[in-house]
Amino acid sequence: MSRTLVVAGHGMVAHRLVEAIRSEDAEGTWRIVVFGEERRPAYDRVGLTSYVDGWDAGALALPGADYSGDEAVELRLGDPVTGVDREARRVVTAGGHSERYDALVLATGSRPFVPPVPGHDLPGCFVYRTIEDLDAIHAAVERARGGRGRPAAAVVGGGLLGLEAAKALRDMGLSPHVVEMAPRLMPLQVDEGGGALLRRLVTALGVTVHTGTSTDAIEADRGKLCAKLGNGTELDVDLVVFSAGVRPRDDLARQCGLEVAERGGVLVDSSCRTSDPHVYAIGECAAIEGRVYGLVAPGYTMAEVAAARLLGRDATFPGADTSTKLKLMGVDVASFGDAHAATEGALEVVFNDAVNGSYKKLVVSDDSATLLGGVLVGDAGDYNLLRPLVGNPLPADPATILAPAGGGGAVGIEALPEEAQICSCNAVTKGAITWAITDEGCDSVPAVKACTRAGTSCGSCVPMLGRLLSACGVEQSKALCEHFTVSRAELFEIVRATRISTFSELIARHGKGSGCAICKPAVASILATLGNGHILNGEQAALQDTNDHYLANLQRNGTYSVVPRIPGGEITPDKLIVIGEVAREFGLYAKITGGQRIDLFGATVEQLPRIWRRLVDAGFESGHAYGKALRTVKSCVGSTWCRYGVQDSVGLAIELELRYRGLRSPHKLKSAVSGCARECAEARGKDFGVIATDNGWNLYVGGNGGTMPRHADLLVSDVDTETLIRIIDRFLMFYVRTADRLQRTAPWIEELDGGLGHLREVIVEDSLGICAELEAAMARHVEEYADEWKGVLEDPEKLARFTSFVNAPGVPDPTISFRTEREQPVPVLLPVPEVVGR
Amino acid sequence: MTAMAQRTWVAVCPVESVPRGDGVAALLDNGEQVAIFRTESDEFHGLSNMDPFSGAAVLSRGIVGDADGVAVVASPVYKQRFELSTGACLDDENVRVRTYPVRIAGGVVHVGSP
Ligand code: SRM
Ligand SMILES: Cc1cc2nc3c(=O)[nH]c(=O)nc-3n(C[C@H](O)[C@H](O)[C@H](O)COP(=O)(O)OP(=O)(O)OC[C@H]3O[C@@H](n4cnc5c(N)ncnc54)[C@H](O)[C@@H]3O)c2cc1C
Ligand code: SF4
Ligand code: FES
Repeated sequence: MSRTLVVAGHGMVAHRLVEAIRSEDAEGTWRIVVFGEERRPAYDRVGLTSYVDGWDAGALALPGADYSGDEAVELRLGDPVTGVDREARRVVTAGGHSERYDALVLATGSRPFVPPVPGHDLPGCFVYRTIEDLDAIHAAVERARGGRGRPAAAVVGGGLLGLEAAKALRDMGLSPHVVEMAPRLMPLQVDEGGGALLRRLVTALGVTVHTGTSTDAIEADRGKLCAKLGNGTELDVDLVVFSAGVRPRDDLARQCGLEVAERGGVLVDSSCRTSDPHVYAIGECAAIEGRVYGLVAPGYTMAEVAAARLLGRDATFPGADTSTKLKLMGVDVASFGDAHAATEGALEVVFNDAVNGSYKKLVVSDDSATLLGGVLVGDAGDYNLLRPLVGNPLPADPATILAPAGGGGAVGIEALPEEAQICSCNAVTKGAITWAITDEGCDSVPAVKACTRAGTSCGSCVPMLGRLLSACGVEQSKALCEHFTVSRAELFEIVRATRISTFSELIARHGKGSGCAICKPAVASILATLGNGHILNGEQAALQDTNDHYLANLQRNGTYSVVPRIPGGEITPDKLIVIGEVAREFGLYAKITGGQRIDLFGATVEQLPRIWRRLVDAGFESGHAYGKALRTVKSCVGSTWCRYGVQDSVGLAIELELRYRGLRSPHKLKSAVSGCARECAEARGKDFGVIATDNGWNLYVGGNGGTMPRHADLLVSDVDTETLIRIIDRFLMFYVRTADRLQRTAPWIEELDGGLGHLREVIVEDSLGICAELEAAMARHVEEYADEWKGVLEDPEKLARFTSFVNAPGVPDPTISFRTEREQPVPVLLPVPEVVGR
Repeated sequence: MTAMAQRTWVAVCPVESVPRGDGVAALLDNGEQVAIFRTESDEFHGLSNMDPFSGAAVLSRGIVGDADGVAVVASPVYKQRFELSTGACLDDENVRVRTYPVRIAGGVVHVGSP
C-alpha cells in the first residue's frame, strides 16, 4: 500500500521535488498531495519580470506542473496549509481540508520583506513576488497613465530584485527611482568599483538611483504618493514597490514547534530533514545547516536530496554555488565564488575600463595560482568560462585574462576541468555535456538541451553549449548554402571590401557552382544595399525572387498584388479615390492591410506597368510590399488630434518611412510611431518602434509579430528627433551588415554576442568606431533612393519583361480566371495538374 | 529516325530574349505553356510552365541554379526544385513535370513537341 506524502507549497522547488519522485517511483510507493497557496500551478518565478512583455502568464508555465493524467499526484491549489499536527501526522488547510501524512515536505518559499516604515501599507504600495503582484502593479500603472506626465515609481531596495522591478516598471513606461540603503547597488553581489559602474549604466537607462539612504515614510498626497528619504529627498510617485529582501516562510514550522534558524528558516540537516524525522523542508523556506539560499539552483538540489531520501536512497546537500549572472536592462552583472575576497590572503586583480563601461575583478589565492571568485559588470562575457574555474588553477596570468583583447580568448573552454559545472541551474557538468555530444550523438544545441537538461532554465549557459559542440568538433555550419561556405554577414563584407558588383564574378571568386534560390536573392539584396542601381538592371534581374523580379507579390494563382506606399497611413481623399478607380478599372480585389495601407490583388503580369502608370501619375510610388526591405512605418494619430498625444507621431512616421524606404535588408523591416505611452501604433511589436515622451522619443528595437512574437527592447530614451534618426540610421545599417539571411532584427539581437548591451555599445557609444561609416552608408542610401516602379516605366527594356509569354506579348495567362465573392473578384483555383508519377 | 522526323518545332523567340540564368514562358497553339530556361553555360531546357504544387503557371519565373551540380529551377511559389533536364522534383520523388525539347537554330529558340 502506498504511503502519503504531503507537500506544503507549490513553487518551483516543490514542483522539482514532485517531478523527481514521480520519475523514479515507478511502483508508486508514494501518493503525493500538494497544497498550494497560489491559485495557479508552480510557474517560472525566476522569469517573473518577463511577464511584463505581453502579460501572458502561460509563457511562465513550467512543463507538466499540473500533473494532469498522473493519478499519483493530487494538486490542490488556492488552499494553503494552516496547521500541522505532528503527533497525529496531519495537516489542515484554510479550506478546511485535513490530510494525514507519512512524510511532510515544507516548500513554502519566502515572502517579500516590507520594512515597517509609516505608510508602507497605503494603496499604491506593492511587493514583487507573484504573478498577482505584477497584475496589481500593472493595474496601478494603467490608472496612473490617466494623469498628465509620465508616471513614476519608487523601488525600495537596490538589490537584484529591486533592479528587476525597476526594469519591469521602466518597460511599462514609468520613470523608476531605486532607493538603496547601502552605498551601492546590489551590495551582496558586487563590490564598490562594480557598483559604481552599475550605477552609471543603470542611470543611463533612465533609472534614477538613490544610494546610502533609507526610506523613512510613505505619505499619500493628492492622489499620488510621496516617498520621504532619509537624505531629505522627497519623491512624488504613483506607486511604491518594496523589494528590500525576502524572509523565509517558516510560520508553519514555528507553530508546530519545529526548530528554526536564528535568523529565520526551517532548520534542516544536510539531508533536508527537520528536527522531526517525518518532516522535511526544501527551497527558500529552509535553513539548510543554518543557511538560507535565495536562489533556485540550491532549492533544486534540496528537492533532489529530499526526493532521494524519500525513495530510500542516500543523498546529502553538497553545498551550493551562489554565483549569479544576470542581464538587467541590457547590463550584465555577474559575481561568482568569493566575490568579496573574504578568503585569508586573497588578492584582487581589477580591470576597470570606464570608457567602454566594463569592470572586472578576479579574486585569486595569495600565490595568484588559484581562482577564488570575481565580479564582472558591464561585460560578463567571461562569466561562463570563469565561474567553473573557481577553486582550480588559473590557465593564465590574471591580468591577461582580464585584458579586453585576451578576454575569453585566454580562457578557452578546453581549460575547464570535466567536473566544472556548465549549467548551474540544472547542475550539469562539462563532462556530462561532452558525453552527450560524443556518445549520445547530440549535434545541436537543442539536442544537447533535450538530452542533458542543460540550458533549459535561465538560459545563460546556452552559448557555452554551442562552444562545447564546436570544441567537440561538431560543425554548426554558418554557410549560406551549398554554393558559398561563408555566412551572409561575411559575404556582405566581401562584397563591400572587393566592390564586386555581379553575382557571376562573386560566385566565380568566392563560391562554387551556379547558385540557387538561397544565394541568388541574398546576393541581390547585398548588391542593392550597397547601391547598385535599379534592382532589375542587367544580370541582377535573374537573381531576384519573383516578387522582386516583378516588383509585386506573387499570389497563389500566378497573379500579383500591388501595394502603393502610404507613408504613416496618412492619405488624402483624392489619392484614396485614385486607388478605388484603379481597382475598379483593372478588376482588382481591394483590401486594407494590417500595415495601414491598401493592397490590390489579382493583377496579371501585363497589367502591372499599366497599374503603376496610373498610380505614379497620381503621386504614388512602390510600397516595397514585395521586398526584403522597409515595409511600413505605422502611426497612431498623435498630438495633432488625440487629446493624450504628446508628440506628432504621424509627422515622424512619415519622415522615417521616406528616409528608409527602399533599404534592402536581410529580412523585411517594420516600424511604428506612437504619440504617447498608450502605444496605439503597437511600436513595440516592430523591428524599430518609437514612442513619444514628454521630452522627446523612446526608441525600442528588436520587436516582432509573426511566428515568434517578441516585444522590442528600449535602446535609448527621451532623445530628440535628430538623435533618434542618427541612432536608427546606425541600427539599420549595422543590422543590414551583420544579420543572417532571413533573420529579423529580433533573433538577430538575441543571437548577437553580448545582446542588447553589445548593440548599445556599438551603435550608441560607438565602441567599434564604425558609427560615422554606418551613418555615411545610410546617407548614401537616402541620396540614391529612386522609385522602382518609375524605374521600370522609364526603361523600355525592363518594360518588355512584363509579359506572360515571350512569343505572345500582351496575352494574359489563359489559366487565370476569377469568380465573385462578396462583390469582389477572387481567384478560381485550378486543379493541381501534370504530376507524373515516377 | 522516325521520332525526330515527326517532331514539330515551333519558333519561339530570339536567343537574346532568354537572359542567362533565367527563364521565360511560351504559349503553344494547343494552349500548353512551356517554361524555357537558359543556364549560365548556355544550355537551353524546356519544362511545363505549370507548377504541380500550386497549380499556377509560373515555373518560368523561378530561380535557376544548381543543386550538387545538377541544373535546377526552384518554383517561385513554394520553392520546390525541379531538374531542368528531366523535370524530376528533387524535393518530392513522386513528382515530375513534363519536359519539352528545345533547340537553337539561326539564333532562334525552338520548342518541340514532347
Ligand atoms: C497583406 C498583409 C495581410 C493583410 O491583408 O493585412 C500581409 C500579407 C502577407 N504577409 Fe504578412 N502581411 C501583412 C501584415 C503583416 C503583419 C502586421 C504588420 O506588419 O503590422 C505581420 C506581423 C508583424 C511582423 O512582421 O512582425 C506579418 C507577418 C508576416 C510573416 C511572419 C514574419 C515573422 O517574422 O515571423 C510572414 C512570413 C515571412 O515574411 O517570412 C508574412 C508574409 C506575408 C506574405 C508576403 C506571404 C507571401 O509570401 O505571400 C503575404 C503577402 C500578401 C501580398 O501579396 O500582398 N507576413 N504580416 C499585410 C501587409 C501589410 C503591408 O501593408 O505591407
Ligand atoms: C522577480 C524575481 C526574480 C528572481 N530571479 C532569480 C534568479 O535570476 N536566479 C535565481 O536563482 N533565483 C531568482 N529568484 C528567486 C527564486 O524565484 C526563488 O529562489 C525560488 O522561486 C524559490 O522557490 P521555492 O519553491 O522555494 O519558493 P516559492 O517560489 O516562493 O514557492 C513557495 C510557494 O509556496 C506557497 N506557500 C507559502 N506558504 C504556504 C502554505 N502554508 N501552504 C501552501 N502553500 C504555501 C507560496 O504561495 C508559493 O507559491 C527570483 C525571484 C523573484 C521574485
Ligand atoms: S497571416 Fe498568413 S494568410 Fe494571412 S496574410 Fe499573413 S501570411 Fe497570408
Ligand atoms: S545555467 Fe541556467 S539554464 Fe543553464
